[in-house]
Amino acid sequence: MSEKKYWQNFGELNKSEANSKALKDEFREELPFEELGDENIFNAKAPRRDFLKYMGFSTAAAVVAASCEMPVRKSIPFLNKPDDMLPGISNYYASTYLNDGDAIPVVVKQREGRPIKIEGNDLSSLTNGGTSAQCQSSVLDLYDTTRLRYPMANRKEATFEAIDKMIADGLAANAGKPLVLLTSTITSITTKKIIADIITKYPGSRHVQYDAVSYNGMIMANQASYGQKAIPAYHFENAKVIVSLGADFLGSWLSPVVFAKQYAVNRRINEKNPAMSRHIQFEGFFSMTGANADERYLHKPSETGAVALALLGALGGGTSSHITGALADGVKKTAAELIANKGEALVVCGSNDPNIQIIVNAINEAIGAGGKTIDWNSPVNYRQGIDAEMVTLTDDLNAGNVGALLVYGANPVYNYFAAEKFAAGLKKCPFTVSYSEKMDETTELCKYIIPSHHWLESWGDAELQKDYFSVIQPIIHPLFKTRQFESSLLKVAGSADDYETYFRKYWIEKLGDINKYEGFLQDGVLENSKLKSQTFFVNTADLTPASAASTATVVLSDSATANVTPALAVPEMAAAIFKGNVSDAATKITAIKGGDVEMALYQNIAIGTGSRANNAWLQEVSDPITKATWDNYATISPEMGKKLFDIDIFNPRQADKYEIHPEKPMVKIVSNGKTIEMPVLIIPGTHPDVIAIAIGYGRESNDKTKTKQYIGPAANGVGTNVYPLAVFDGTSVIYSTSATIEKLDKMYPIAQSQTHSITEGRPVVRETTLTHFIADPEGLGKEEKEELAQYGEDFARDATLYPTFDKPGIKWGMSIDLNTCIGCSACTVACVAENNISTVGKYEVSRFHDMQWIRIDRYFTGNTQNPDIVFQPMLCQQCDNAPCENVCPVSATNHSSEGLNQMIYNRCIGTKYCMNNCPYKVRRFNWADWNGADSFPDNQRGIISDATTELDSDLARMVLNPDVTVRARGVMEKCSFCVQRLQEGKLNAKKEDRVIKDGEIQTACMQACPTHAIMFGNVNDDGSKIAKIRVEEQKARKFYVLEQLHTLPNVNYLAKVRNTQREVGSKKEII
Amino acid sequence: MNQISRLFTKTLVVLFFLTIISPEILFAQDGEALFKANCASCHKPDEKYVGPALKGAREREPSKDWVYKWVANTTTMVNTDPYAMKLKQEAGGVVMTTFSDLKKNEIDAILSWADSYVKPGAPAPGAPGATGAVAAPSSDNSVLYGLLTLILAIIGLVLLQVNSNLKKLTDEKDGIKTPPNVPFYRNKAYLLLVVIVLFVFAGYFLVEGAMGLGRQQGYQPVQPIYYSHAVHAGVNQISCLYCHGGAQDSRHASIPSVNVCMNCHKAIKEYTGEPIIREDGTNVNANAEIQKLYKYAGWNPDSRTYDKPGKPIEWVRIHNLPAHVYFNHSQHVKVGQVACQTCHGEIQKMGEVKQFAPLSMGWCINCHRTTNVQFNDDKGNGNKFYSIYEKFHEDIKNKKYDSVTVEKIGGTECQKCHY
Repeated sequence: MSEKKYWQNFGELNKSEANSKALKDEFREELPFEELGDENIFNAKAPRRDFLKYMGFSTAAAVVAASCEMPVRKSIPFLNKPDDMLPGISNYYASTYLNDGDAIPVVVKQREGRPIKIEGNDLSSLTNGGTSAQCQSSVLDLYDTTRLRYPMANRKEATFEAIDKMIADGLAANAGKPLVLLTSTITSITTKKIIADIITKYPGSRHVQYDAVSYNGMIMANQASYGQKAIPAYHFENAKVIVSLGADFLGSWLSPVVFAKQYAVNRRINEKNPAMSRHIQFEGFFSMTGANADERYLHKPSETGAVALALLGALGGGTSSHITGALADGVKKTAAELIANKGEALVVCGSNDPNIQIIVNAINEAIGAGGKTIDWNSPVNYRQGIDAEMVTLTDDLNAGNVGALLVYGANPVYNYFAAEKFAAGLKKCPFTVSYSEKMDETTELCKYIIPSHHWLESWGDAELQKDYFSVIQPIIHPLFKTRQFESSLLKVAGSADDYETYFRKYWIEKLGDINKYEGFLQDGVLENSKLKSQTFFVNTADLTPASAASTATVVLSDSATANVTPALAVPEMAAAIFKGNVSDAATKITAIKGGDVEMALYQNIAIGTGSRANNAWLQEVSDPITKATWDNYATISPEMGKKLFDIDIFNPRQADKYEIHPEKPMVKIVSNGKTIEMPVLIIPGTHPDVIAIAIGYGRESNDKTKTKQYIGPAANGVGTNVYPLAVFDGTSVIYSTSATIEKLDKMYPIAQSQTHSITEGRPVVRETTLTHFIADPEGLGKEEKEELAQYGEDFARDATLYPTFDKPGIKWGMSIDLNTCIGCSACTVACVAENNISTVGKYEVSRFHDMQWIRIDRYFTGNTQNPDIVFQPMLCQQCDNAPCENVCPVSATNHSSEGLNQMIYNRCIGTKYCMNNCPYKVRRFNWADWNGADSFPDNQRGIISDATTELDSDLARMVLNPDVTVRARGVMEKCSFCVQRLQEGKLNAKKEDRVIKDGEIQTACMQACPTHAIMFGNVNDDGSKIAKIRVEEQKARKFYVLEQLHTLPNVNYLAKVRNTQREVGSKKEII
Repeated sequence: MNQISRLFTKTLVVLFFLTIISPEILFAQDGEALFKANCASCHKPDEKYVGPALKGAREREPSKDWVYKWVANTTTMVNTDPYAMKLKQEAGGVVMTTFSDLKKNEIDAILSWADSYVKPGAPAPGAPGATGAVAAPSSDNSVLYGLLTLILAIIGLVLLQVNSNLKKLTDEKDGIKTPPNVPFYRNKAYLLLVVIVLFVFAGYFLVEGAMGLGRQQGYQPVQPIYYSHAVHAGVNQISCLYCHGGAQDSRHASIPSVNVCMNCHKAIKEYTGEPIIREDGTNVNANAEIQKLYKYAGWNPDSRTYDKPGKPIEWVRIHNLPAHVYFNHSQHVKVGQVACQTCHGEIQKMGEVKQFAPLSMGWCINCHRTTNVQFNDDKGNGNKFYSIYEKFHEDIKNKKYDSVTVEKIGGTECQKCHY
């Protein structure tokens, strides 16, 4: 048994009483049969009569049901069938996921005209086919029942013609004062061109870009340092040492998918020549990026500048700061490593203070990052908002100096730090138009509403970074009476074209001819110097539906070697000349005062800025660190918890008081005169004086009763809005400030998804350090191997009385690399989308009824004040000797000859024995009919939560994958290894008279993963990647979870390696 | 003793019917076979089809040997003989094919069979309900066995009754007191027996019925347009895949869109073939059906343009599988090389389509158990996909077996169809 200790919650760490009790109860809630308890049934007055009544009723009901005639079903073919569409066959189209400034090149799967799944576009060298949880979930927003369905003038439905005229008249009438176009960051060059036309047409008008979470600090610092009002491209793949000052670059900072792909390059271990990058994180609370770091130092948010100054000082920049102790030591050590890796290091900072960013620029200058890990040749376009412009606009609105305001993509009434002031100004503006897809807080205050298309219904282009284009093309005919924002703008600009024509003309002219334009639509991306002589990756002539599908899905990722083949040669990079005023910045930073207790706002990886809060899939994604869903809360340290509530989390009895129930104590936080009340979660690894709160929650319509109708049921009443706690320091919005916190005598339930899957102290994850691994690769898991060796040379065969079964042909297997898994949950949401998994809502999650087939388990280990975190994706292990299969009384779960643990819904009678007997806790039971699978409509209203009721509406059900059964109430389900994809892949091979190609068939989780941590394939094929990983490439790191139980899993993991000199994992007491 | 005699009479009645029906069956079978081989496409024994009903034909005809002449020379008689001319008029101008090969005694056999024909399902005239099933043509002997069992059971009961009566008599003789006589319908032993028998029967039919819920073998709904597969696929030999192209590429065979119909029907405005007769004997006005198609398509056959907005045709779906079953046509048609008729029956002979197969799981599984996979051999025949099953190839080479069934490569595993 391993000496190392990993824990998921404090109860497990402390071996508390309640925890041990919980271990014994798989299903912890009471069964709903109070009136039928043992005593009651015998004392009841007339049980026999009742029995007869029930019997009589059920017989009569059965007779009625049985004698019903079969419903007549209609089959309605097309009148004129489009050539490229065949019912039952998916088409794939390249497009770009857009949300605020975020842009990810994607390929959209379309079935019978409906987009049902989003995959990354692997032709993009930036993302290499990676996606994020937000990107994966975006398809559900298309079928959002609360989308605006028609244009409105003063809240009344109007035709486009009428409203266009009203707008033209209104703009003319208010021409005396400037027209302002307020948008989120625009990455499209054609949109920008149209906006420029409008500005020319209406002199004095201006375009203000506004980001919910501002990157003004970086933009202004770069203006000061390099004379460029932009953000450069970062190249984490070229860095051997990565230092992040509070930047959550894998989770929410700038373009996490791109960074995750780059980051993974040097985090993959090649066992023959083990090497990996060093990642050092300075932060105030646990971010997902911090959880992946090799070293992590804690400081208050106000000390970020001081840390930067100290680091610059240690690098010889002549600056100094007041930090002391372990943090100062850490900075020194970090500086030494940076110097040693000059030209191969990168420092990034999440602060929005331009002065701090100037110092960070100076640090990057000192370590020679320019042109190596920072590229000024192709600055990124994800965020372009300047805080001062927005402040001016707010003032102008209040002063009545704006003639007309056109709003698109921006929602300052919700997410601006001075939202009330903005709303007041908006009401004063004589002419306001919103082009929002939804009735958000800002749109609610606008007079005219012309709803725009969802991006899946739109045309467009996105310039992710300079000269890296990605196309947007409609995958579905607009569902409602909506019109694309750009088309509406063209009307304002007085153009006769609609946007589609405009877009087409523009790009054909830019690319030279129509074939190149069509190639662009086909590939979806157009990159760098290839603009003029692009040779397309896909030959149009080869495109049969089947091969189109395979070109869209083939990613030959390489998890073993540190080399992900880029689609293009790495472009030339450029540095820029630094001319920032370091001493001035240093003076200003030194003046920053911190508080005793500080509050920091951050973005949750799923909800982000909150613009898509009505996405139930996202709400149900567990936060990677806290594992909480459907809420925001104040994260505090165990020290602060002790101070506030007198709960010593490391004391077994007291911890139970806090931990065992979903109800968490509430606190009052006062900051800048604003007060909020919210529950707390105690998370080790948080700085003792820091409170961290996620933004993006607490969406609420101006008319509060309309929140459910306007913003949506899934966002209604979820969490608290903390945007107003941000402060403006004169140049930038700062997302951390000093605050006071005090205890309230109230409790509030938080639905956490992990506390109920307890490992019983069994060694589930394996971890080592790079030094140990290099010294003794075989030492990893040596004890476990020895333990298994007692049974004979072949554990699978010798440790059982039963015969082993042949797997002729195919045996599917999966390998998950814990070293490159960053915990981002893209796989979870991809799985939800692919497999029609139910979303259950907060109450059901809190009583452990969550349905996700793949979850990311988070284990703390090591120092309890500043622990390490190991993420482990956990899904059905498809055991060849599965404990679940033996206990099913009706054989509804059994094994296939391809090694799949099959779950047969229509045979399942819902005993839940399998769930109880699964050592991995990956089986999920349908406690209610969440997806509307039942033949009686609406019989679950009132049973399922309000937040998820819309998911069984006809509109939302359009997102369901027609190849996967929608499970009814009362049956068990679990990961199927995406058996529908396996069957489709095999069928394609058979139709083409060939064997399956390795990498051709991918599970949804594998395909979604931005770091390619998941590998899947046929283990029986010696040439396959998965077989090579298991047999040679990753032999030493490979392990099976709970292998000693002889479950013979078909999923293996590769042990986590941390590049540190510390010992990882805390010692486990010998019991 | 009265009871016994009554039972005896009943048994006799049953046995009597059995004896009078049996020779009929044997005799009628020749006539039936001849009828099916020669006449069934245009005649029905008891109702008007293309031609008149054959039942009672001999009585209607002008003379006893008229029919022998008629069958041999239809083409000449139709223009000379007044009765034949009348028939032609009744049949809408369609003239019967000449069957010069049919001998007199064969014609007699057919007509005799038709005269004695009883519609299946309807009780034979005069027979009580219990024996009605016997009259239905049945090729297996289960009815006979059932009847024998019934008779034996009745005999057993009679003997039991006799035995108990005799015992009573001897008991009386010996002076042993016996409980008072109860009528048999109040005898608990009998009642129990009846209850058990009822329970077994009811249980059997309930389970059978429950399993059949949602199954629609034989389902033949009326469609918005009378589309005859017999005309298109049968007479005109249009390939199934011309319209149902999805069958080789996709999960769904798919019903063709209206524009596919119009590919041919722009030119084919009129139906000129054999008259199409519904199963209930009514005539289909094929030209009116084509006009319906034009209406759906929005096609004006005179100006040869689509001058009206069309609308899709709402066909009634015949083959329905439950939502938890995944079935892929291309797997069977393209990969498995299964003929359409294997599952859909002789579709090229159907007017309106009828569900041929039960589409039950047992039916699927049975086929998967017996069908061989297109395993590739040394000569490169078969599908190369299966080359990964090295062990099976080895075994075939070593002559352990010569073919591999779908079941053997996992074709009966749950998750091949349920996911």
